[in-house]
Formats: sequence, structure tokens, C-alpha cells
Amino acid sequence: MTALFLRDLKLATRAGGGALTGILFFLAVVAVVPFGLGPDLKLLARVGPAMLWIGALLASLLGLERLFQAEREDGALDVMLMQETPLVFTVFIKCLAHWTASGLPLVLVSPLLGLFLNMEPQAIGATMLTLLAGTPAITLIGAMGAAVAVALPRGGLLVSILVLPLVVPVLIFGVSAAYAAVEDPAPFLPPFLILIAITLFFAVIGPAAAAVALRAASE
Amino acid sequence: MSDRSLAIRSFTDLANPTRFVALAGRLLPWLAGLTAVLFAVGLTLCFTTAADYQQGETVRIMYIHVPAAWLSMMGYSVMAASALGTLVWRHPLADVAAKCAAPIGAGFTALALITGSLWGKPMWGTWWVWDARLTSVFILFLMYLGLIALNRAMDDAGRAAKVSAVLILVGFVNIPIIKFSVDWWNTLHQPASVLRLGGSAIDPEFLRPLLVMALAFTCLFFTLHLAAMRTEIWRRRIAAMRRQAARGAASA
Amino acid sequence: MSAHLAYVAASYGAALIISAGLIGWVVLDARARRRELKALEDAGIRRRSAGGGAP
Repeated sequence: MTALFLRDLKLATRAGGGALTGILFFLAVVAVVPFGLGPDLKLLARVGPAMLWIGALLASLLGLERLFQAEREDGALDVMLMQETPLVFTVFIKCLAHWTASGLPLVLVSPLLGLFLNMEPQAIGATMLTLLAGTPAITLIGAMGAAVAVALPRGGLLVSILVLPLVVPVLIFGVSAAYAAVEDPAPFLPPFLILIAITLFFAVIGPAAAAVALRAASE
Repeated sequence: MSDRSLAIRSFTDLANPTRFVALAGRLLPWLAGLTAVLFAVGLTLCFTTAADYQQGETVRIMYIHVPAAWLSMMGYSVMAASALGTLVWRHPLADVAAKCAAPIGAGFTALALITGSLWGKPMWGTWWVWDARLTSVFILFLMYLGLIALNRAMDDAGRAAKVSAVLILVGFVNIPIIKFSVDWWNTLHQPASVLRLGGSAIDPEFLRPLLVMALAFTCLFFTLHLAAMRTEIWRRRIAAMRRQAARGAASA
Repeated sequence: MSAHLAYVAASYGAALIISAGLIGWVVLDARARRRELKALEDAGIRRRSAGGGAP
């Protein structure tokens, strides 16, 4: 399992892997925001957490279809399906590696982008924390979409369309927790805990659904 | 077809597509008739009942809107039950049922959204409010459209059925979470100024046409669903026959 | 009140259009498939078994 984790990590970070593209996309999306909204610093500070969240969401969706693509191309998918370790675990480890390679960097660069958007240190910290708790959920739900993409002759965009409605709760609780840390009356903990609950919930549902979909897709 | 005399003896007999087609052929005229009668009664009631003192004439929009919204959820439930049938029991008709329910469900969801915003314009003063209910129905609509797109993108019916069954079920599990999150989000962003319909008890004067219309729309749903399923079975049969013909031509 | 009536009429119109669209789709699709089935059967192509419809 550790071997699989390290292998996936290496594949994602070497040239041609998707990790760097995700970060660049995130940067580009957030950099475009001031051009759309105008350079008003107050406004940017207000929409900052939301923009970081939307950027991270889109960047995570972008890399998702690669999750099982390489395996399908070189035939490793059949090995995965036939090996003794339950497919659910394999999928879970792959999700973990995928998140470490593409989700974690997004979390790490988000403070830098927060500075661009004139966000307060506290808001930056809160956004980073919520992204850390929430982006795994996006990867775990997306694993199912990626598994569906294996069956598609041309996957890609359709996966994002299918996954997007399902990640709405993650976005809502992530953003409301990030705002709650800054705006006074709203409590931070309830939405944050719900966000973590959603992540844990999908840690169970996501890989299981992805495993079923992979089996169905490769029949 | 010569099997019109075949009797359906049990529920498992429905698994036989030929029997199903025969049964659907016998049931459809009756269902369609029932739908027509219910609509005639329901529409008469819709237009003869008094207008609400608070909502005025717009209450009549509710007689369409509420049944459509119910059916948008029922359509998804039918799909989820069929998806379960596909994955657990591998029922041969379950994937046909799931595939055919999607466009019909999406149609009713669109109707619920359109009538909702037509009701919102005179009552709330705006076409669209990011109200919790409207928003969740909108997300449901997106899920329907995604599933239809997925079904269209795949060539192999069997594989498409299983993959979309997984997606339908995950979506079904997700619906309460989405509903809850949207409620949360809505209370966070909107001070309670939105007019609530469900708050007050509904007068029987309005309940009667509402229930008849709900029944009529439900009958319409099942009539359409049954007919669409029969057509889908024919479509697969045609595809199988074409393949067979091609094989025959190749070997000859 | 008359403005409200327009909204009511639009709602019923939308219901009519969507229902008619769904009914039309189902009926036309059924008719086309039935014709294709008949054409294939007339061409002498038979199914292997009575129940072998779904693949």
C-alpha cells in the first residue's frame, strides 16, 4: 500500500504529471478575479475566501480525470481489479496520493493568493484550514467521477459536470466556516465540524462507489 | 406479437421483457385514459375554486408547481430504486427503468423551476430567489441533466446502466446533505424575509384541486415512463436484430 | 390582478408545453421504433428467442 502511494506520488509529481498544472490553474483563476471585479481592495478582501474556495474546487476537478486514466492506458487497472487487496482500499490509497500531489499544494499556495486578495491573516488562516479539511472530500467524491470517466470514450468535461452538484455542500460549509472565522456573530466550529464530517462520510462512500463503478466500467 | 395471452403470474415474470411489453401494451390505454380523466377533473377544480385572499390568482400556479416539485423528487426516487435493482438484483428491466425515468424527471423538474419563478415574480418581486427550496431543486435539475448526458455519451447500454446506477445512488445519498447544506447556507445569507408557503395550514378548498392534480401528474409520469420503457426495449431489440443481421451477412 | 393572470397563464402554458413535449417525444419515439421493428421483421430477421430482447 505504501508502495502504491509512493508510486502514485512519483508519477504525479514528475514531468507530465498533473500536479503542477493544478496549481497553475488555481493561480490563474484567482489572478483573473481582480480583473473581473475591479481592483477595489475592500471588495477583494470580502470575496477572498470564496474566490480561493472556488479556485481550489475548479483546480481539483481539473485533475480528477487523470486519477485512473494512466492505469487504464497501461493495463494496470486490470491488475488492480484482480489483486487480493480489496479494490476499495486501492482506490482509497490512490485518492490519498492524488490529494497529496494535487490537493495539498493548493492548500499550501492559498495563503500566497490570499495576500494578493488583501485578506486578513485570520481569514487566510481560516481559509487554509477549511481547504485542508475540505479538499480531500472533493477528491473522494471525484474518485467516483474519475471511475465513471474510465468507461467513457471521451471523459473530461462530463466528469466535472457530474461531480459539481455533489460537491456543493463541501463548498457551502467550507466557505461559511472560512467567513465565520472573520465575521463575528457566526460561530466557526459548527460549519467546520460539519465540513470534516462530510469529508469523513465521503471517505467511506466515495471509494466504495468508485470501486463499484470501476468494476462495472471495465467489464 | 403472438404472446398477448401470456399472463403475468408473479413479479419476477416482469423480468421477461416480452411479457413486460405485452403487459405495458395492455395497461397503457387504461393509464392514459385515467390520466386524461384526472386532468379534466383537476383542471376544472383548478379554475373553479376561489382565489386565495393573500396570494390572489397566483395560487393557481401552485396546483401545477407543487405536483411538479413532488414528481421531480419521485422521479429521482424511481431512478434510485431502479439503480438498486440494477446493482443488487441485476434485474434486466431496472436499467431500462432508470434510463427512461431521467428525461421525464428532468422535464418535471424544469416545470417546477419555471412555475416556481413565475410564482416568485408577482409574489416576491423577482424571477429568481436563491431560496433553499429553489436552489436544491436547481441542483437536482443539474444532476438529472448530468445523468442524461452520461447516458448519451456511452455506447454500451449495459455498462452505461451500471455506471449511471452508481452515480444515481451516490446522488440519492447526497440529496439530504445537499438539502441540509442549502438550508444552512440560506439562513446564513438571507434574513427570514422570504414568504413561506408551508407555514400555514392549507385550506381544504385548495387542497382538493392540489391532490387531484398531484394524482393526475403522477399518472402522467407513470404513463410516460411505461411507454418510454417499452420503446427502450424495442430499441434494444432492434439493435440486437441489426447485430444479428450483420453477423448473418458476414458469415454468409 | 390582470398582470397576475398573465403569470398564471404562463405557468399553465409552460406545463402544457413541457407535458406535450414529453408526450410527443414518447409517442414519436415509440412510433419510429415500431416502424423499424416491423421493417426488420419484414426483412426476415428474427430474434433468437422470444425473450432475448434486452442484451
